[in-house]
Amino acid sequence: MSETSAYQGVTASAHEPGFGDYVQLLKPRVMSLVVFTALVGLLVAPVGLHPVEAFSAILFIALGAGASGALNMWWDADIDAVMKRTARRPVPAGKVQAGEALAVGLALSGISVVMLGLATNLMAAALLAFTIFFYAVVYSMWLKRTTPQNIVIGGAAGAFPPMIGWVCATGSVSVEAVLMFALIFMWTPPHFWALALFMKEDYHTAGVPMLTVTHGRKSTRVHILVYTLLLVPVAVGAALTSIGGPLTLAVAVALNAWFVIGAFRIWKRDEAMAEADKYAVEKAFFRFSLLYLFLHFAAFLAEAALKSAGIGGW
Amino acid sequence: MTFRPEHELHKRRFSRNLGLGLTLAAFVALVFALTVVKVKRGDPMQGFDHSYSPAMLPKEEAQP
Repeated sequence: MSETSAYQGVTASAHEPGFGDYVQLLKPRVMSLVVFTALVGLLVAPVGLHPVEAFSAILFIALGAGASGALNMWWDADIDAVMKRTARRPVPAGKVQAGEALAVGLALSGISVVMLGLATNLMAAALLAFTIFFYAVVYSMWLKRTTPQNIVIGGAAGAFPPMIGWVCATGSVSVEAVLMFALIFMWTPPHFWALALFMKEDYHTAGVPMLTVTHGRKSTRVHILVYTLLLVPVAVGAALTSIGGPLTLAVAVALNAWFVIGAFRIWKRDEAMAEADKYAVEKAFFRFSLLYLFLHFAAFLAEAALKSAGIGGW
Repeated sequence: MTFRPEHELHKRRFSRNLGLGLTLAAFVALVFALTVVKVKRGDPMQGFDHSYSPAMLPKEEAQP
């Protein structure tokens, strides 16, 4: 007798998902980064929104990001299952069926875009729709399995939230919004390539053409250094616009100096050195990259607060 | 009369139903709050309904 047949009315499988399993489909950790960067984009904009509109805007941007996460889990269930880092996600773990992930992703995409348009403006809604399309179709379905530049181009999807936040408030794109986008866009490759250096077996097993697999690890180290150097003018440039100020500039210079030093140390090492200390430098660079992005956006927010008190900004 | 012990599946279904119910209630409350904010501020709410609507016209054209 099966586990469930003794109970009248209980006919589903033992793996019937709970509410939390559906929440996991939305990649809550990624959503928290989206909420933070979108909130900064919205709060540093020169035009204010009513608190209810601002809350709705952030909620629906986060929901849109979650929807694209669910679509990504539906499409990538096969490679998620063979990667250690992703094997416990709801679809490969058997908690949620792939078709359900697709349904949740599509439904939430529609709801988030329509509601963002109604709560703020059509341009913000169009940008959110494009972001979902970019992450689910351009990155997940097309680039991820075909080119080692997958995360360079795909990183754009993660870079849109602060721009959408800005557009929610102002209704248009400006140089500040573009530079906030560019900051995350240029930050993404070194962040993920550092991860790929010490999670090498995962991507190799899954057959994902990460740079480490296709061009070798030495080339990846060179790429990390080059992208980190290209990130410097973007980060410092953002601090020189209307959303920046002396505080933001000081933070940008300090963070970028530290980041470049880390990239330089990665570039100087070879695999024997990395194996010897179990990728300590690469892991430290990866951890610092998270702090780097957080502090940059926290500085924009602090500068806006100082400006409203009459002591920040240029 | 005997009561069947609650199966673990029932608990999971209850959590799902409760979560969905609370989410829907929060969504309704949010839409209501948004509506109040927009109506109070006087955002244009009137749609084109194929009939003469002077309120939708610029002031000079709305004059008889």
